[in-house]
Amino acid sequence: MERDDIIEYSLDAHHSEAEGVSLRKKIWQVTALLTVITTVEVVLGSLIKQSSPSWPIVKILFILLTLVKAGYIVLSFMHLGHERKSLKYVILIPYIIFILYLIFICLTESIAVGAAWEKYGA
Amino acid sequence: MAEHAEKQIDTKTLWGGKISPFSTSYGKLMMWFFLVSDALTFGGLLIAYGFTRFNAQAAWPIGEETFNSLPFLGHGYPLIYVALMTFILIVSSVTMVLAVEAGHRMDRKGVTKWMIATIIGGFFFVGSQAWEWSHFIHGSEFGKVELSDGSQAIVKGHFGELQNFTVVEAGKHHKKGAVIKDEFEGDLMHQFQHAVEKGHIENGIIKLHDGSLAKVNKAADHDMVLVIKEDGKYRQTGQKITGAEASKLYYESINSGKPHKVIYGANLKQNEYGPQQYGQFFFFITGFHGFHVFSGVCFNIIILLGVLKGTYHKRGHYEMVEKTGLYWHFVDLVWVFVFTFFYLV
Repeated sequence: MERDDIIEYSLDAHHSEAEGVSLRKKIWQVTALLTVITTVEVVLGSLIKQSSPSWPIVKILFILLTLVKAGYIVLSFMHLGHERKSLKYVILIPYIIFILYLIFICLTESIAVGAAWEKYGA
Repeated sequence: MAEHAEKQIDTKTLWGGKISPFSTSYGKLMMWFFLVSDALTFGGLLIAYGFTRFNAQAAWPIGEETFNSLPFLGHGYPLIYVALMTFILIVSSVTMVLAVEAGHRMDRKGVTKWMIATIIGGFFFVGSQAWEWSHFIHGSEFGKVELSDGSQAIVKGHFGELQNFTVVEAGKHHKKGAVIKDEFEGDLMHQFQHAVEKGHIENGIIKLHDGSLAKVNKAADHDMVLVIKEDGKYRQTGQKITGAEASKLYYESINSGKPHKVIYGANLKQNEYGPQQYGQFFFFITGFHGFHVFSGVCFNIIILLGVLKGTYHKRGHYEMVEKTGLYWHFVDLVWVFVFTFFYLV
């Protein structure tokens, strides 16, 4: 049975030929950016050894670059940046809060467990 | 009056669940919720990896040392292969966005073209991962060695080619004086590594399957470096041994005649790269991700069939493409994190 009381949100997503051109340009720009970031990561990774003194900085840089990449994938490719704010935050905020907490608690605990092993033997 | 009431949203409609506060369809919302739960799974796995790694510290393998090979070209290309895999997945993500974009213009040909490109990209990625796994499982020519003081070391350098085995004592098949050559690619190497694991080599004499004894003729190794990964009586983790000393220590273990002195490649119990958990995390995390990629390729093929049949065109919108697109981008997103935490840092 056809129902006319349901709103077809998916029909709102259509766009014109002209809009498509600018959208595709944006897509290729994001592609270029992601490729450049990956290349930078690999070059840095093979140039700077983990034993070098600048490694801690490089490590933080790697994580930041990864977050930039992830941001572009989620907000641009997965279109979350263009959805309603309510949807965007319902998806992102609880996840980010929980994961940050989990990272904090696990790494702290890991150091404590490692120290205990060192002291009392594995 | 009646017309006016129709345009306004009455309380019944508002509370009847017909409007989404997110201005998005049910299917897309549910896909997002699923992706959040799946992201929690991967987040949990990667954090568990971090937990284990923080404990192990210096014994943990370094990505650029473990993954430095290319198909057909051999060693010495740190991270290039995984970077290539990352690039393949990013590109296939891009073709997926282009398919979604074409769908919003109701361009059926465009959707078909880009969906096919995405599926090909997905197959390339799964294939690359198969090579990566095979390489990881088979391991290097040197393997990881337990030195005489009980310390464990990984070995870098160029392994001198095995030329042949000269039989010095006859067994069931081989006569004395016979020269055993490489019959097919890697045959001698296979026998050699097997004998090393079993402890069947003593003072350069290998005990073959048929019970005969043979002398191992082998070209010299070059640039050998031992990197200690686990403390022994005299040697500490992180210490590097080079030159003649490295060669002497390595062959002392090879020629000891004792089993389990050298580990080649990886399985769930042990691996030549680092602690046991390293191999387990590698297989589980990259395997779980690879399984996602494989399922994604299957979903994409199903949707492509729908596109070809014209199902979505008749429906008036290509939202199904958008939904699988979300899943496919998610797979790419996970790989970005696996790439960083497993290979880079």
